Amino acid sequence: MTAPLTSLDRPNSYIGRSVPRPNAKRLLAGRGRYVTDLRLPRMLHAAFLRSPHAHARIISIDVDAARAQPGVHLVASGADLAMICTPWTGTLDHFKGMISEPQLPLPIDRAVWAGQAVVAVVAESRAIAEDALERITVDYEELPAVVDLDAARAPHAPLVNPAASSNICFRTQLDSGGVDEAFAAAAHVVEEEFGFGRHTPVTLEPRAIVADYEPDSGVLTVHHATQTPYQFQDLYSRHYGIPEARVRVIAPDIGGSFGMKLHVYHEDMAVVGLSILLGRPVKYVADRIESFVSDIHARDHHVRARMAVDADGKILAMDVVDVTAIGAFSTYPRTSVVEGNQVIRLIGAPYGFKSYRAALEVVFQNKVQTSQYRAVGHPIACAVTERMVDLAAERVGLDPLVMRANNVIADDAYPAASPTGYKFEALSHEACLRRLRAIMNYDSLRDEQAALRRRGVHRGIGIATFVEITNPSPAFYGVGGARISSQDGATISLTPSGEVRCAISVTEQGQGTEAIVSQIVAEQLGIAQEHVKVLTGDTEVTPHGGATWACRGAGIGGETALQAARQLKANILEIAALILQEQPAALDIVDGQVVSRSTQQPRLAVAEIARISYFRSDTLPPGTQAQLTVSHHFAPQGYPFAFTNGVQGCYLEVDVDTGFIKLLKHYVVEDCGRIINPMLVDEQLRGGVVQGLGAALFEECRYGETGQLLNGSLADYLVPMAMEMPDIVIDHVETPTADTILGAKGCGEAGTAAASACVLNAVNDALTPFGASINAIPITPARVLKALNRY
Amino acid sequence: MSGAPVELDDVDDAVRVRMVVNGRKVACDVAPRDTLVDVLRGPLELTGTHAGCEMGACGACLVQLDGCAVHACLMFAVQADGARIDTIEGLSASGVIADLQAEFHRRNALQCGFCTPGMLMTAHELLSQVARPGREAIRDALSGNFCRCTGYEAIVDSIAAVAEARAAKAAEGSSR
Repeated sequence: MTAPLTSLDRPNSYIGRSVPRPNAKRLLAGRGRYVTDLRLPRMLHAAFLRSPHAHARIISIDVDAARAQPGVHLVASGADLAMICTPWTGTLDHFKGMISEPQLPLPIDRAVWAGQAVVAVVAESRAIAEDALERITVDYEELPAVVDLDAARAPHAPLVNPAASSNICFRTQLDSGGVDEAFAAAAHVVEEEFGFGRHTPVTLEPRAIVADYEPDSGVLTVHHATQTPYQFQDLYSRHYGIPEARVRVIAPDIGGSFGMKLHVYHEDMAVVGLSILLGRPVKYVADRIESFVSDIHARDHHVRARMAVDADGKILAMDVVDVTAIGAFSTYPRTSVVEGNQVIRLIGAPYGFKSYRAALEVVFQNKVQTSQYRAVGHPIACAVTERMVDLAAERVGLDPLVMRANNVIADDAYPAASPTGYKFEALSHEACLRRLRAIMNYDSLRDEQAALRRRGVHRGIGIATFVEITNPSPAFYGVGGARISSQDGATISLTPSGEVRCAISVTEQGQGTEAIVSQIVAEQLGIAQEHVKVLTGDTEVTPHGGATWACRGAGIGGETALQAARQLKANILEIAALILQEQPAALDIVDGQVVSRSTQQPRLAVAEIARISYFRSDTLPPGTQAQLTVSHHFAPQGYPFAFTNGVQGCYLEVDVDTGFIKLLKHYVVEDCGRIINPMLVDEQLRGGVVQGLGAALFEECRYGETGQLLNGSLADYLVPMAMEMPDIVIDHVETPTADTILGAKGCGEAGTAAASACVLNAVNDALTPFGASINAIPITPARVLKALNRY
Repeated sequence: MSGAPVELDDVDDAVRVRMVVNGRKVACDVAPRDTLVDVLRGPLELTGTHAGCEMGACGACLVQLDGCAVHACLMFAVQADGARIDTIEGLSASGVIADLQAEFHRRNALQCGFCTPGMLMTAHELLSQVARPGREAIRDALSGNFCRCTGYEAIVDSIAAVAEARAAKAAEGSSR
């Protein structure tokens, strides 16, 4: 853990301290309140009949037997819900030329992936609803399915959307100019083709929703396991024609999200409609198999890359083509294009070269939709860049760490821009590389590797430098027409007994949002943290805001809380000054007491100011109106995005007889700006790294030729478990952003961004003596043995 | 899920099951197809036990049955007739895992908390069988508990620290 930023001998100094999360004790006692746990009076349960075909025309649906089953309240098809729900389209205006078909909760005439919900049943219990599903007959006419990425792009490929002219969703390119010249002049050119397997977030709590439409008042309440309650308030309001103020979305405890639970899912929209049709609460919880076939997937990319370097190993140019397959629709409302867009814009980002060219092609196929999942695009951009850097280093004859140190944008060169035009305020690649060398004990690790190699033990060391995009301004979604907020809001009150209540629009999924907000508020106000209560996740309680995604909780949410707390403090001191007949500037608050700023002598308890203001306003000077509740909004200005940076190292061993890989140790040096709670930052990094390690070694959604998901269970889809994961050593560099008072940038995705790149480089490093190379993840034992020509 | 009244034409096929749950005798009518986790979470309202994968792979549904950790998603409620079941709520109330809970809290060995009751069940069982397991043994014991949030290290650290503290306390007790 890092050294604290502020002196700990001062009361109420919380920023920079590893304070445990106040709300975690409840979860440890089994008293979490997840949507999965919720039971409401008269609540019914929904289940969905799913398409067995990857692509099929729906000829007819016979639901009579299901309707007649005792305990069944409603059987609804696409046409039934289309009467009350307007369609949605997953495109954004700033992705010029992108297309996607309109979507409805349930399809009317065509199913486009195996597992798509086609008919809904609502019954007294989930079991009864599932019984009724078996009594529904759907007559399908199977259509040619587009499964593989290459097949989708082939000339005369069957069309995922028959109304379109091709399977292309979106194409774009970037060109800084000078690329061909740089390649022509280069001393060395390295090339590689990469494959990235489709994987899926696998939150331990599946998607869960309880929609409760009250027909008499026209009020819709949705208990929804989501990161973004305000986004869903807006969507339910607009697609079901209910005034926004009558839609309430509550996101209580959430069993993991990682970006997965902020997209529109067809079943979730359907459940809202089913509740409206019935006038009763309806609950739906995806089971694990349903999660695998209907949660978003991510990262199905093929990338071709070239890198030009001069004789000294200076990177001159990169030229890349990224092709990605996203399923049959672009996801709503954030689209399925953002990932590819970030891949081509983040490639090369740590390095100071100028010439860059990239092409992106996004194609449809008959699989479930892909979209944003933790570290969107970063793992692919990082793996491509860092593998190319290693290939170039090898060609030039430079050590990978030296190669990076020679090519990263120098720490004193900021502000600077990436080859793709991202503007960086201040990054610290050089400092991070130095720290990594130290914490890895790099030179002796290399000695150990060499010694073991002579004994036939094949260990590899992998390094990956990264840049992570955080704190997005409206440039991310707002400019494209999406009603997704880049600002957050907080309402902060001094209670009559002198405690503080802060209702804030950033949300909690276990990363510690409420903890850090209470740390910030307590520190700013000079109140003990245990006297600060933070409320999140209810559109009826907090102001509208973007909530928690893209690492914006600390950077944007934290700054919102900070500014709100400062305003409340000013208001408290104004009243204190009137009572004490002082100037507000002469006063401060420490440990719940108004003190003289110069002497720190206590003058008056904050609780006394609250008591007087709420109950004896008659004793305040005439005309005084105490404002002990403040609502405040904050939207990032200045740079369109904050960027964090860092470097990861991986030490592993490859068993060249079995292809098994043993992760020995992982190292992270990260710069997330101001660290509010070092323990929570480190745990975000560790969790993020392990998700990246899962992608590197295990995770892939495997499909058969007909578009059936073959490994849709937790026994078949491998996730990282405790025994396979290494201990992770973490260190920090801190470069606060000057765009905010707080200076925090965010840390939720950094771990995932570079972990798989690190492993890819480490495995290739281990295989060097064999002249074997791996260019695809997950790096399964079969892939290792194939590379070694032993399989 | 059982418990809800149903307009049934057929004969009621409910089966009465008697168990001692968290130290209290309970009887409830369950359908033969109800799993133990359905009945714990449904009619018994013990929602601290979670259903994660419904096939015994993730460990979110672990409870103690007659003192041994079992997957409540892998057994039918009728099979638990006559058994003693202890859930996270029971272990929590009795205080037997208070040190584990405190250490998990101190080290932030949980994020979303959905896996946590199952993790604690495994940790409790491990430490009742092995006094001072090494890190490898702890990681091995946790190999049936999926956590998507933490990366496991803080969980391993917490269990190791509690094992040390318990061993130190036991040594102190025996030296008196």
